[in-house]
Amino acid sequence: MAVNTLTIDGKEIAIEAGKTILDAAKEAGVPIPTLCHMEGVHDVGACRLCIVEAEGTPKLLPACVTAAAEGMVIHTQTEKLQNYRRMTVELIFAEGNHVCSICVANGNCELQDVAVEVGMDHSRFSYRFPDRGCDLSHSQFGIDHNRCIMCTRCVRVCDEVEGAHVWDVGSRGPDCFIVAGLDQPWGEVDACTSCGKCVDACPTGAIFHQGETTGEKEGDRGKMAFLTTAREKQQWTR
Amino acid sequence: MDKIKFATVWLAGCSGCHMSFLDLDEFLIDLAGLVDVVFSPVGTDLKEYPEGVDVCLVEGAIANEENLELALEIRRKTKTLISFGDCAVTANVPAMRNMMGNKTAEPVLERGYIELADENPHFPNAPGIVPELLDRVLPVHEVIPIDIFMPGCPPSADRIRATLEPLLQGKTPEMVGREMIKFG
Ligand code: SF4
Ligand code: SF4
Ligand code: SF4
Ligand code: FES
Repeated sequence: MAVNTLTIDGKEIAIEAGKTILDAAKEAGVPIPTLCHMEGVHDVGACRLCIVEAEGTPKLLPACVTAAAEGMVIHTQTEKLQNYRRMTVELIFAEGNHVCSICVANGNCELQDVAVEVGMDHSRFSYRFPDRGCDLSHSQFGIDHNRCIMCTRCVRVCDEVEGAHVWDVGSRGPDCFIVAGLDQPWGEVDACTSCGKCVDACPTGAIFHQGETTGEKEGDRGKMAFLTTAREKQQWTR
Repeated sequence: MDKIKFATVWLAGCSGCHMSFLDLDEFLIDLAGLVDVVFSPVGTDLKEYPEGVDVCLVEGAIANEENLELALEIRRKTKTLISFGDCAVTANVPAMRNMMGNKTAEPVLERGYIELADENPHFPNAPGIVPELLDRVLPVHEVIPIDIFMPGCPPSADRIRATLEPLLQGKTPEMVGREMIKFG
């Protein structure tokens, strides 16, 4: 097994070739905030919360999609990174319509968690207040596009774990949104098996169980990793 | 030492933040010993915001002309302004009308006073008495500089106390961690 050796926040770490900086940080016990990353599905680098600095390059690198290379010297908590991470979270809040007080995920939301983590007490950017809708056509679930942060965890989980590929991203730039099927009402998409994996995967209150009250929603970020290892390694307990 | 001149202001909010303030229970008695309440919808019956206020909690977003005028006035007359609750910090529920676009005053009034009226539908019209709605609702810090942000809908009494106590000792509270800055 080829191995790369690198330094993360002063810790020396050896990691299998092909693994990412995020994997290496995990191995070294260095926490890096993430939103779009989810164990069990492939990484896309959508949220940019996991940015780190590598000595010798002026670019900030997304840890979840950057391969750990031999000799890298990585910093994960510099002032610059903390500043940019906070800005990123402020922009995510400003971009959608996050009215936490009337959200099913209030108190159980990964976006709220990272806001606290990066020390965001207000947004320096003006809120956009886009005109977005809700789709309640599915008999059990619903999607509220106002709370979607375009992490695409639902898209990846439905495609890669459930194999149904109900979700996709439609449109571009500030107008992009999550579509069911060929931009149909979710309830009309035959491919949906109603497995609920996208509900578990969603870090915010965007995809939810109908009728669920605030506080009842519990994201299960580890479920997809469990399901993939269960299949690949036949480990059926956690 | 002179007592701290303390005020609270209620802009476009539901008064829930003020209710949470009243939830301070017996700490209110300690507080009363340390501050002079010089302006507050729940503590005084004064209509004019006084000069030289040391600390002021501002509840609610900026939704109408009166909110706007009062915001500018309290900034001129206050040393430490605290954005009090999600409506002040993010514009929160009052700002949901902003999703209708850039000119939301009219459709909102139309819905409230014409479409939903059981009888006698008409717009409230008393110039100089009923303040005009602004086209868009804004968080307070987009109108005036704010010194301390205290999110929460409402912030819990514990959070309010943890913010006020250091201020009373002339220190700046540390607004970090879930207990102090979680929204919602
Ligand atoms: S999804 Fe999270 S951040 Fe967005 S409104 Fe709901 S609780 Fe707030
Ligand atoms: S619906 Fe949820 S899981 Fe899907 S992209 Fe939006 S926030 Fe992410
Ligand atoms: S933040 Fe919540 S409790 Fe406070 S005024 Fe606004 S809606 Fe009411
Ligand atoms: S977790 Fe790496 S970009 Fe989102």
